[in-house]
Amino acid sequence: MDLLLRGVSHMYGDTQVLRDIDLAVGEGEIVCIIGPSGCGKSTLLRFIGGLERPDAGEVLLAGAPPAGSLNPLTYVFQDFALLPWRTVEGNVSLVLEDHGLSAAERRGIIDDVLARTSLSDFKTALPRQLSGGMKQRVAIARALSVRPAVMLMDEPLSALDSQTRELLMDDLVGLWQRERFTACYVTHNLAEAVRLGHKIVVLSRRPGRIREIVEIDRDLADRQQADAKLDAIQRDLWQLLRDEARAADRELADDTV
Amino acid sequence: MTLSDTSAKASAHGEPAGGEASPGAADTRLQPVPFRGGGFRPVRVRFVGLLVFAVILVLWEAGSQSGVISNLVLPAPSEAFEAFRQLVETGQLWRHLGASLQRLIVGWTLGMSLGVAVGLMIGLFSLARAGLMPLVSALFPIPKIALLPLFVIWFGIGEGSKVATILFGSFFPTVIATSGGVDNVDRSLVRMGQSFGLSWWSIVRKIILPGAMPAILSGARISASIAIILLVAAEMIGAEYGVGAFILMAGSLFATDQLLAGVAILSAMGLIVGWLIGRAERWLLRWRS
Repeated sequence: MDLLLRGVSHMYGDTQVLRDIDLAVGEGEIVCIIGPSGCGKSTLLRFIGGLERPDAGEVLLAGAPPAGSLNPLTYVFQDFALLPWRTVEGNVSLVLEDHGLSAAERRGIIDDVLARTSLSDFKTALPRQLSGGMKQRVAIARALSVRPAVMLMDEPLSALDSQTRELLMDDLVGLWQRERFTACYVTHNLAEAVRLGHKIVVLSRRPGRIREIVEIDRDLADRQQADAKLDAIQRDLWQLLRDEARAADRELADDTV
Repeated sequence: MTLSDTSAKASAHGEPAGGEASPGAADTRLQPVPFRGGGFRPVRVRFVGLLVFAVILVLWEAGSQSGVISNLVLPAPSEAFEAFRQLVETGQLWRHLGASLQRLIVGWTLGMSLGVAVGLMIGLFSLARAGLMPLVSALFPIPKIALLPLFVIWFGIGEGSKVATILFGSFFPTVIATSGGVDNVDRSLVRMGQSFGLSWWSIVRKIILPGAMPAILSGARISASIAIILLVAAEMIGAEYGVGAFILMAGSLFATDQLLAGVAILSAMGLIVGWLIGRAERWLLRWRS
């Protein structure tokens, strides 16, 4: 299933946060959205998932969701959003309970998804017993359990320390290689974008517009080692973003004069 | 070689400088960092509470026995205990306690359930909040016992008026605790529920209600104490049986030993209710760190 954005614009009160966003996310592709803070990238993700409505433009789905998909557009949140009063399996179960599955079917899905994310040993643990990295793994398992067509990841690694972030990035790469999931991945971390994105969308300062779309055709598995080409891309991206920040600076000065 | 040079050398070898060293010597002496942390953290100390009780009782008993405390002013604990024993032996205790507990349980349970329901409505629906919150604020501070004569007219002189007093007394604090608890539920959890397509009812039942549970339980603590106070007050105004009626009767006969026994029963009721709610908290909120 493909995702298509056409002319998406949005205002919060008098300030325009997004202007004329056109974007396509193809099946099996990870599209990273980067931009300076406050450029509306999280807002854009909320539009894609149908949690908010844009003032103008449309978010379209092309084709039918894969068979058995319970929730085609599924989020992974920055703050994990696990229910603290439910165990790991209870948290996964939560999102399956409204779909009329039998208890045995639910148990089957939960066991399968926890095995795929190597969380089986933590089945009965409560969120407070888990580290940040484990919590986000549970949230990813929960997202996988509803067989999403597109995963909407809102800075999923931003709340983690840098070592855990590395580990989880490896996990995500491994997961993508096995499952070829489609994802919209919002981040402000360039290293993450270069490591995980097939396509990197650079947004400008507010009002957010697409400055550039960088495609990286190297396979995710081959991006582990130090790589001059990837480094160069990351440097270019930083250049773009730094210019954005500078431009914003000037804008502010113009505003006050 | 100057004096400060030697002291620097001494400190380099880890030896404290001598008594009459130069001003620089004081800086090089090894000292432990003064400890400034600790405190501000309650730790569980067992049996001290019991000990305080015991010491007060022993002093009181000794005072009464030796005549320092006049029997007219305050009967000895042993006398109060004797009165209590008689209550047990004559079977009066169960009659009074049974009547009181029945009123308390029925009134408080109804008040809590209605309070949680209305509190949830206020927390969830803007219209209910706009319409009911001012009403709650207006009615909460009214001492419910002042309305007892009205309740007697409305619900009859029997159990109805007493249960109603307790019901209203525990209803309002529960409403306020519940609606506050709903307001404090993490909205990102609600958004998560919506993003996974959970039904409205599922979100209320599985996210809002457990999230508001800590506030509801601390509301329960307050409303239970209010319920006991109102129970006694209502029984004092018009009841044949009940701990409040017993205390009133003892008071009017100046049977201070019986009065104290009755008061002790109330204390015990308060302690037991508090303990039960504590157990409920520990079980229902075991997910909290």
